[in-house]
Amino acid sequence: MGTALVDGLFVFMLAGFIGFEVIKRISPLLHTPLMSITNALDAIAVVGAIVLVGRHESTLSFILGILAVIAATSNIVGGFLITDRMLKMFKSSRPNPKTGAAGTPAKS
Amino acid sequence: MTEFVGSQSFIGLIYLIASALFILALRWMNAPPTARRGILAGETGMVLAIGGTLLQLGIEGKLEHIAISYGWIFVALGIGTAIGVPLGLVQMTAVPQRTALSHAFGAFCVTLVGTAEYYLGGTNIPPFKMSVLCCEVILGGLTVTGSLMAAGKLQEVLPQRPITFKGQNLFNLSMLVVAIGIAVYLVRNPGAPHLYPVMVGIALVFGVMLVIPIGGADMPTVISLLNSYAGLSAAAMGFVLNNKLLIVAGALDGSSGFILSVIMSKAMNRSFTNVLFGAFGQVSSEPRRRGSRIRDGSGTGTAQGAGTLRRTHQAWSRCAVCDSSGGGPNARTHERAAGGS
Repeated sequence: MGTALVDGLFVFMLAGFIGFEVIKRISPLLHTPLMSITNALDAIAVVGAIVLVGRHESTLSFILGILAVIAATSNIVGGFLITDRMLKMFKSSRPNPKTGAAGTPAKS
Repeated sequence: MTEFVGSQSFIGLIYLIASALFILALRWMNAPPTARRGILAGETGMVLAIGGTLLQLGIEGKLEHIAISYGWIFVALGIGTAIGVPLGLVQMTAVPQRTALSHAFGAFCVTLVGTAEYYLGGTNIPPFKMSVLCCEVILGGLTVTGSLMAAGKLQEVLPQRPITFKGQNLFNLSMLVVAIGIAVYLVRNPGAPHLYPVMVGIALVFGVMLVIPIGGADMPTVISLLNSYAGLSAAAMGFVLNNKLLIVAGALDGSSGFILSVIMSKAMNRSFTNVLFGAFGQVSSEPRRRGSRIRDGSGTGTAQGAGTLRRTHQAWSRCAVCDSSGGGPNARTHERAAGGS
C-alpha cells in the first residue's frame, strides 16, 4: 500500500511536468483542437468505469458503472470526432491564401 | 500461475504504450503539420486502454458474471458511441458548447465511479483511499455542473452576463470549506454515509457558483480550466483504483489544461485571475476593471449579451479556423452565425 502510493505520486508528478512542458509552446492556431483532444483524453475515466462494472460487486455499483461507461464513451467519441473535423478544416483551407480562392470549404 | 502473472504484466505493458501515446498525442498537437498524427496517437492510445481493461476483466473478473459484464459493457460502449457521434458532428460555431457539455459527461463518469466506490467500501475505507476519493468526487462534481453552466451560457440558454451578488466570495469560499470539512470528517469516519451525498451536493452547487460570475468572453478559458479539473479527478480515480494509466492521463490533462488556460487568457488578453476566481477580483476592484475593459475591448459587461457572444465566437474562430483560412468561407460562417444570434 505504502510503496504503491509513493509510486503513484511519482508517476503523477512526472506526468504533470510532462503535461506542462509539452503544451508550453503550442501554436495559438491549435488552442481549440488541443482543448478538444484533451477533452477526449479526459474520458480515460472509462477505464475505471469498466473495472467497476467488471467487478460486479453490487447492483448499485453495476448500474452506476454502466452509466459511467456510457457517459465517458460519448465524451471519447465526440471529442476525437470534433478534433478530427477541426483539423480537416485546416487542411482544406491551408493552400487558400496563395491561390486567393476559397477552395473547397470543409463542410461543417 | 506464471501465465496469470504474465498476462498481468502484459496488461501493464499495454497501459504503458497507451500512456506514451497520450503524451505523444499532446506533443504532436503542438504544430499543425503533426496534429493529425496526434489525433491518431490519441485514438490508438484510447483503444489500447479500453482493450487492455477489457482483457484485464477477463483475467480477474468473477467467472459467473463475466459474460453478463462484457455484454453490458459493449451495450454501454454502443450507446455511448451513439450519443457521442452527434455530439461530434455539431456546427463548428457550436464547438465551445459541445466541448463544455462533453466535459460534463466525462466528469459525470468520474463522479459516478467515485460514488460507487464509496458505497462499495462501506465503513472500512482506508484513510488515504478515502481522501483521494473525496478529491475525485468534489472535483468531478464541480466540473459536472460548472461545465453544464458554461455550456448553457455559450448556448444562450442562460444569461451571458456575469451574475454577481454581494458576499459572493465569502459564500463560495465557505461552501468550499464546508465541503472540505465534510471530506476530512469522512476520511476519519468513513461510516457516515448520510454525509456523503451532502458533500457531493455542495460540490455540485459549488460548480454552478464558480461559473456564474464569469462572463461569456472568458468561457473558453473556463472550459479549459474545467478540463484541468476533470483531468485531476481522473488522476485521483487512478489513485483510488491503483491504476497508473489513469494517473498518467489525468495528470497530463490536469497540467496541460491548466497551462493551456493560462496561455489562452494571455492570447485573448484576459486576466487569468479573473477567470480563476470569477467575481473574486471583480467586485472589489470595479473601477480598475472598467478601465481594462475599455482597453482590451472585449466586454464582460452587463446588457451586451449578443456582443459578448459574438466576441466569444470571434475569439474561438481566431483560434480554430479563421487564422488558417485568412477570413475565408469559415470566417464568414462565423460572422453569419454571430450576426444572426
